Amino acid sequence: MFIEEKKNSQIFQDSNQLSPTSESEVSELIKEAYKNKFPIDIHGSNSKKFIGYNVQAAKNLDFSNLSGVIEYLPEELYIKVKPGTLIQDIENILEKNNQELSFEPTDFGYIKDGKSNKGTAGGCVSCNFAGSRRFKVGSVRDFILGFRGVNGKGDVIKSGGTVVKNVTGYDLSKLISGSFGTLVALTEVTLKISAKKPSQNTIIIYEKDPKIISDLFNKVLSSSNEISGAVFVPEEPKSKKFIPNKSKAFKLNDLDQKGAFFAFRIEGDQKSIKERIKDISNEMNLKKYKTSNLDIYQSDLFWKSINSLQLFSETKNNLLRAVVPPSKSQKLMVFLKNKYRYFIDWSGSLFWIEVPEDENIKDLKNTITQNDGYVTIIKKSEDFQFTEKLFTIDDTKLMISKKIKESFDPRGLFNPGKMYKDF
Amino acid sequence: MSEIALPKVDRTIVSKKDLIVSNLKQFTDKKNVLSELDEIKPYETDALAAYKNLPLAVVLAENTQEVSEILKFCHRENIKVIPRGAGTGLSGGALPLNDAILLGLGKFNKILDIDFDNKCVVTQPGVTNLSITHAVKHKGYYYAPDPSSQLACSIGGNVAENSGGVHSLKYGTTTNNILGVEMVMMDGTICRIGGKTLDQEGYDLLGLICGSEGLLGVITEVTVKILKNPQTVKAALIGFPTIEDGGNCVTDIISNGITPAGMEIMDKALIDATEKFVHAGYPMDAEVLMIVELDGTKSEVEELFKQIKQIAEKNKSNSFKLSKNEKERLGFWSGRKAAFPACGAMAPDYYCMDGTIPRGKLSEILKEISRLSKKYNLGVANGFHAGDGNLHPLILFDGSNKEELRRTEEFGAEILKACVRMGGALSGEHGIGIEKRELMCEAFNDNDIQQQINIKKSLDEKNLLNPGKVYPILRKCAEEGRVHVHRGEEKFPDLPRF
Repeated sequence: MFIEEKKNSQIFQDSNQLSPTSESEVSELIKEAYKNKFPIDIHGSNSKKFIGYNVQAAKNLDFSNLSGVIEYLPEELYIKVKPGTLIQDIENILEKNNQELSFEPTDFGYIKDGKSNKGTAGGCVSCNFAGSRRFKVGSVRDFILGFRGVNGKGDVIKSGGTVVKNVTGYDLSKLISGSFGTLVALTEVTLKISAKKPSQNTIIIYEKDPKIISDLFNKVLSSSNEISGAVFVPEEPKSKKFIPNKSKAFKLNDLDQKGAFFAFRIEGDQKSIKERIKDISNEMNLKKYKTSNLDIYQSDLFWKSINSLQLFSETKNNLLRAVVPPSKSQKLMVFLKNKYRYFIDWSGSLFWIEVPEDENIKDLKNTITQNDGYVTIIKKSEDFQFTEKLFTIDDTKLMISKKIKESFDPRGLFNPGKMYKDF
Repeated sequence: MSEIALPKVDRTIVSKKDLIVSNLKQFTDKKNVLSELDEIKPYETDALAAYKNLPLAVVLAENTQEVSEILKFCHRENIKVIPRGAGTGLSGGALPLNDAILLGLGKFNKILDIDFDNKCVVTQPGVTNLSITHAVKHKGYYYAPDPSSQLACSIGGNVAENSGGVHSLKYGTTTNNILGVEMVMMDGTICRIGGKTLDQEGYDLLGLICGSEGLLGVITEVTVKILKNPQTVKAALIGFPTIEDGGNCVTDIISNGITPAGMEIMDKALIDATEKFVHAGYPMDAEVLMIVELDGTKSEVEELFKQIKQIAEKNKSNSFKLSKNEKERLGFWSGRKAAFPACGAMAPDYYCMDGTIPRGKLSEILKEISRLSKKYNLGVANGFHAGDGNLHPLILFDGSNKEELRRTEEFGAEILKACVRMGGALSGEHGIGIEKRELMCEAFNDNDIQQQINIKKSLDEKNLLNPGKVYPILRKCAEEGRVHVHRGEEKFPDLPRF
C-alpha cells in the first residue's frame, strides 16, 4: 500500500466526516467504503438536503472543499468546475463576460431559511431543477457537456467532454442529472454557458380565470416572439395555514400586488423587445386586459423571486413540485382553487404547490398523475407521513433504475434510500 | 477496410435457422419474416456500405406487441437481434450478423398524434424526420433537428444516434428535442419513458437511450417537441483570404454573444468542387467560405448581421453577401448541401469523417489536416458545422489502389485522434457503430468503457441486442474505415450529406 493510500485508509477509519480535496482522495475513500461496505451520505453545501428521504449512512462525504474553477473559456461557451464550487460564484464569474447559466438554477435557500442559497455545481447537476426558461432553452441536463466522477467501487470514470455535439458512447451526463448523488460522486462538471441578453421586460396581465390563463400560456408557447418565461401567480389563500408572503416576494413599483396576475418575459436588445411586445399585443389581444410593464431592473428582480420560490419563504408546510403537459394546467388550476398556495411556471407546465401540513395530499397527487403528470414532494412538514412516496415512478422504470444503480454502485453505498426505499 | 472483427458466430443458432424462422412466423404475419437470400440481401448493409454481412433472417414487425414477443423469444433462445430503422446510418450501427435476426422497423410508419396544444407529435419510429415537419407546417410549426439525410432517415434512428444537423448550435440535437419514448427491452419488457411533460423524474432514462445506438432497447414510439417557425430567416456568404481569418471569425461571432441558427465553413477545395457541381455563386477568390444563418425577429436579424459584418471585416473578410430573399438563401445552401456528390465527381472514392473539436481549434485542425494531406499524399476537402465544432473532412482516394486505401485509413484515423487530442470527440453526429469502435480507447480509458459496458450488461445481460457495436472488441486502437464511397456508388446517393 502506498503512503498516500495508507493515509486515506486511516482517515476513513478514524472519522465519519470526510471532506476530500482531490479526485484521488475521493477515489481512495470510496474504495475504502467499498471494501468495508460502509454506506455514504454524499452532499455539497446541503442547500437541498431536505429533498428526498433522509439518508442513513455510516460516513458523510462532504464535497464543499472540492471546489474551484478548473477552466473557463468564454469563447468556447463552457466552464469546467469542481463539484463544490458555489453556483453563485460561477454566476458572478460569468457575469463579468456578460454570460450566464441560462437554465436559471432554482434557489432553494428562501424556503429553507429565508436567505438565498443556490448551492453547489455538483448539487445543481445532481438534482436537475431548472427555472423559468426551461420551456425555451432546456433543463440543467441539457447544459451538462461532460463530467468526471467516482463510481461505487471507487473507480474514476468520465463521460462527454467540452463540445456540444458528441455521440461517443452512452450520454451519462444526462443520466447523472437528477440522480441525487446515488450513481456517481462527481469530481468535475463541465457546463454549457450562454450569452446574457442585453435587456429584458416583463409584461404583467391582471387576470385570474383558469380558462383565460390556460389560453394565455398556450399563446406564449405558440408565439414566434421567443418569450423566455411565463408564470401565473394566483391570489393567496385566506386560510391562516399560510403566512402571507406574496406582497413581500413581489415588491415592485409597477406591480399591483392585489389579486392574481400572469406574467411573461421578453429578452433581447431594446429595439427587438419593443418590436416583439407590439406583435405579442396583437397575438394576445393585450388591450383587453389591465397590464403593467416591468423595466429591466424590476423584471430582473421579479424572475429572481420566482426562481428562488420566495412565495414560500420559510414555509413550515409541505411543498410539492408537479409537472403536467401544458394542456392540463386548467384542470389542475380548477382542482387547486383557492385551497392551496401555488404558482405556475414553464408556461403552464410546472406547478409549485404549498399544502398545509394537516392536509392529506393523496387526492392532489392522484389528480396530477391522472393528468399525465408527475409530482415530487420537495419539502416535508415536521408531521409528514412517510406513507406517501416522495418521487413518482412506475414499476418498470423502478426495475430499470435499480439495475442502472447496481451498474454504478453494486453495493448500494451512495445515498442509500435517498430517492426510493428499495435502493 | 471491409474486414472487421465481429462477434463470434454461434453455429448452433445458424444450424437452427429453419426452426427459428418458423417460430418467428408465430409472432407476426408470415410475409413479414424474410429468410431467402434474395429477400435478405437488401438488408446486408446500411449507409456505411463498405461493410456487408447477411443476417440469419429479417423480421419486419408491425406493432409493439410483436416486437415484444419477438424479443422475448430471442432472449429465451439466445438469438442476437440487430434493430434497423431506415438504414441511412453512416457508422454501421445496423450492420447485420450471420447468427442474428435483423428487426426492421420500417412498418412503424404512422404519425399517431399531432398535439398542437402541447406542442408535440407522437410518432412511430419508422416515420422520416422530414415527415414530422411536413405534418405540422400548415400551422407554422417544425421539428428542429435536421440531419442532412432527413428526407429518408427515420426518427427512431435519430433517437438511436442522437442526430443533429445544421441548426443544432441554436436548437440542440435529438436529445434536446424529444419528450418521451416507448421502448422494448431485450427481454420483451415494454417501457414508457417520459411523455408529454418536460423532463422526467428520477434517472434520466430518456437521456441514456438517446444516442445509445440500439444497444439498450428497441424504440417503438417517439414523442417529439415541435417549434413555431421563426419570423425571419436570413443567411450570409462571407469569404476569407486565409484559414486563420475564417476560424478566428467563427470564434469572434460566438464571443460577441451571437448564437447563429447555423454557421458553416468550407475550404478552398470544397468551394471549388461544389461551385463546379451546382454553380451556387460562391466567391472563387476565397480560401475559406462561411455561411451564417440567423433567425428571429426582423430587426434583430438585421442588427446582428450588421455586427457580424463588422466582425468579419475585422477578420479581413474579402466578400460579404446577405440573402435578399428565400430563394437566394436556399441558393447559398445548395453548394454546401452538394458537398458529398461534388467530391464524388472529383475522385473515384471518398471517405467522410465525423469528429468534433472546440471552435477555437478550427484553424489548428485545418492546418493539421492539410499537413496530413501532404504526408499521405491524398487530397481532402473540408466542410464544417463550424458553430458547434463538428467537422466532416472528405478524403479523396482511389479504392482500387490497395496501397492508397491503406494510406487513406491511416489519414482518417489520424484526423480523429487529432480531434480527441485537441479536446474534441470521435463523433459529433454519425455515431460510433462499428466504424470508430476500436478508436474509443483514444477518448476513454478502461474504467470509462467498463462503466458503459456495465450499464449495457445491466439492461441486456446476455449481450444479445446489437452486439459488436460501439465498444471495442479488440481493445486496441486500430484504424477502421470511414464512409467509403466507390465511384459515387454511395448508399442513398441522392441524399444530401453535409
